[in-house]
Amino acid sequence: MGLINNDVSHFYLFNDKYLTKCLHLYVKSYTINQNKMVAEKLSQEEESKHMKKRIKSILAVGVLLTLTIALGGCAGDKASDSSQIIVGIPQDLEDSLDPHVAVAAGTKEVLFNIYEGLVKPDLDGNLVPAVASEYAVSEDGKTYTFTLREGIKFHNGNPVTVEDIKYSIEKCADTSAGEPLVEAYAAITAVNCIDDKTVEIVLSEENTDFMAYMMTAIIPADNENPDTNPIGTGPYMYVSRSPQENFVVKRFDEYWGEPASIENIIFKVCANADTIVMDLKGGSIDMYARLTSAQVDELGDSFHIYEGTMNLVQALYLNNATKPFDDSRVRQAMCYAVNQQEIFDLTFDGKGTEIGSAMFPAFEKYYTEELKDIYNQDIDKAKALMKEAGYEDGFSMTITVPSNYQPHIDTAQVLVEQLKAINIDATIELVEWSSWLSDVYANRNYQSTIIGVDAAELTARALLDRYVSDADNNFTNFANEEYDTLFDRVIVTTNEEEQVEIYKQMEEILAKDAAAVYIQDMVQFVALNNKFEGYEFYPLYVQDISRIREVK
Amino acid sequence: MRYVVKKIGILLLTLLLVSFLAFLAFQIIPGDPAVKMLGTQATPEKLSALREQMGLDRPMLFRYAVWLKDFVLGDMGTSYSYNMTVGSMLSGKLPITLTLTFLAFIMIVVIAIPFGIYTAKHKDRKLSKVLNAVNQIMMSIPPFFIGILFTYFFGLVLRWFIPGGYISYEMSVIRFIGYLIFPAIAIAIPKAAMTTKLLKDIILEQTKLDYVRTAYSRGNRTNGVLYHHVLKNAMIPVVTFLGMTLADIVAGSIIIEQVFSIPGLGRLLITSISNRDYPVVQAIIVCIAFIVIMINFIVDIVYRILDPRVRGQ
Repeated sequence: MGLINNDVSHFYLFNDKYLTKCLHLYVKSYTINQNKMVAEKLSQEEESKHMKKRIKSILAVGVLLTLTIALGGCAGDKASDSSQIIVGIPQDLEDSLDPHVAVAAGTKEVLFNIYEGLVKPDLDGNLVPAVASEYAVSEDGKTYTFTLREGIKFHNGNPVTVEDIKYSIEKCADTSAGEPLVEAYAAITAVNCIDDKTVEIVLSEENTDFMAYMMTAIIPADNENPDTNPIGTGPYMYVSRSPQENFVVKRFDEYWGEPASIENIIFKVCANADTIVMDLKGGSIDMYARLTSAQVDELGDSFHIYEGTMNLVQALYLNNATKPFDDSRVRQAMCYAVNQQEIFDLTFDGKGTEIGSAMFPAFEKYYTEELKDIYNQDIDKAKALMKEAGYEDGFSMTITVPSNYQPHIDTAQVLVEQLKAINIDATIELVEWSSWLSDVYANRNYQSTIIGVDAAELTARALLDRYVSDADNNFTNFANEEYDTLFDRVIVTTNEEEQVEIYKQMEEILAKDAAAVYIQDMVQFVALNNKFEGYEFYPLYVQDISRIREVK
Repeated sequence: MRYVVKKIGILLLTLLLVSFLAFLAFQIIPGDPAVKMLGTQATPEKLSALREQMGLDRPMLFRYAVWLKDFVLGDMGTSYSYNMTVGSMLSGKLPITLTLTFLAFIMIVVIAIPFGIYTAKHKDRKLSKVLNAVNQIMMSIPPFFIGILFTYFFGLVLRWFIPGGYISYEMSVIRFIGYLIFPAIAIAIPKAAMTTKLLKDIILEQTKLDYVRTAYSRGNRTNGVLYHHVLKNAMIPVVTFLGMTLADIVAGSIIIEQVFSIPGLGRLLITSISNRDYPVVQAIIVCIAFIVIMINFIVDIVYRILDPRVRGQ
């Protein structure tokens, strides 16, 4: 057929430029063919052939036209422009862009690039001055004095003033709506602006961890909508967002510190975990964190792979208030039955950092490595303990797992098999994240669950305070008098060495009393397209894009 | 006239029922926006304080009535997650879903009708038999699977498009439509296959009827009978089927959006349900219900135009 032959040779188009040329050709060749047909004498049979040809040619034109638009137009959004990086994020920033209100870890790790506090964490977890250029603590430990950094500006160009610092701290300490946004701020009695460059925060009682809370973001006092219009002092500033699609920021050129290397960041929402590998390989995203080893294996050579940990305490958390988990012997038996290395081998490609208590190695100061060896797998001891507790024949239990966290689901499956050795018949119940939050976490209506708990701040307290018997966030219902006593002591201890010692004792209690079946700090992989380099891990759940640069 | 009024009445009643059921569903499932917003910082006091602030502690019927009143007056509410007006969020996403639906529909029509006619007319030819077999296979493959195959084959192997590389219509309309072509084809294939089979079967059925024999004996040729008589009758059930298909595509696009990472209404609906973002979910459900009912309404009208026997009623 004349129509198709004509066009095959003109079919190599990958650019909008050729579109009009192509359309021209189609119209021309179609009309030529049409004219040819009309000029012929038509018999009845030729008439039907004519009809057929017509349908076929319409179809052909249609298909070719479609493919033209498809090929010419759908090159897709490639992450290839200079000085731009597209970072994939698993969920959109759905709670709030106000750094004091946002609670989701996924939101905070992105906002880390936009906001800074008086101090900010460095790669080792130490606090370095940010909005404040220096700080000092009084002898009695109750007064903190900060010097505002000279010349520091907000993203809207306005200079940061001591009023903004006072506003930000007071906003988080405000108790008029119930509890303060930052719990530790309940101890603040006053925030005073001494002069244009100095702010003083006065506490009602000493708190050696207090500096860690000074990472609270400093925002302008005159910003009326911090939850939709983020203005901070960080290396990147907010540009725009499209719900469920992306979140766009660009480099803040008047940043006080070393400016970021890459100019534009698009945080692209990759809602579907299964397509992430395809998106990376196809080039529609350049970077993605928290990949599994299976996903990494599929990626190939065009990516830098960085291996780190998730900074989470993953465990089979048992509801200590329900039978049979109210008996510590049962909990200990389960700890003896579980083999962490086998979990790593079966589900995480052999990788994982075993932990024995509610602390992970990134917190070097407080981490006690020996705790993980307290419960090396010993089925006989486990059975003996179960018998002693009266459960020789075992029991059945439910493990509630949030369905959006594949690592926890995989771990649960291995645990079900391992617990069979001591006659425990466990079934896995998958629930939606919101259901998990309300049923398990808020209402504590569960038997056991697998989840990873992170440290909201860089303090041992952030990981350990939830085991105090009357703590609001004690979703495991753990109750141990000795633990409570130690906790009351440690929060008033001023001597750092003594503090570390007490925290370590608390961890030991958690391990010996088997508050939960502690498993691991999971391995995580970050994939970065070879066009870029420079990703570095923090001991916190953050993504610092300002350190990433293009490979020259 | 009465017919139209009756139809509009049913439309409104259906929308009311659908929105009420959606509202009811949220009361039954565990979790609410307060729990989701506070996440792991939730404590019983914070939860009740936030619920009071958001008005979630009021009785359900009261809240539904308030929502209904606002909705009817044009205020669709504000999203809990994004603090944007629901109207602005929907108006951003609607063109995407509508374009996808429209493209898929055109493809179904363009593929199914010629193939249907061909396989009916030349049912004894080998090509027809091959097409019938291919058709049968295509009917049974779910659209999302075709989508995954496309993504792998056309996206990664042939590199005809970049998987996940959705381009907003605000940036480039041509490239926006271009990216949607493959998802539209993925949706279209199973439905086109079904329509082809339907059309073929109806045409063949019609040719057995008396009026066709009469037409032939009167001297009409094959094509004349086919195009002037049989096709018109065959179109009626096909149009009805296409109408249902159109409504089905709107719902099916939700799944395809996941495969191709298209940020349309579907993805917004799914995440809003997860986030218990009531205003957004209610608005989208009412919106989709409205589209489906409107489509049925239009199909009804087309039906009346095509079939004079119905007009009299």
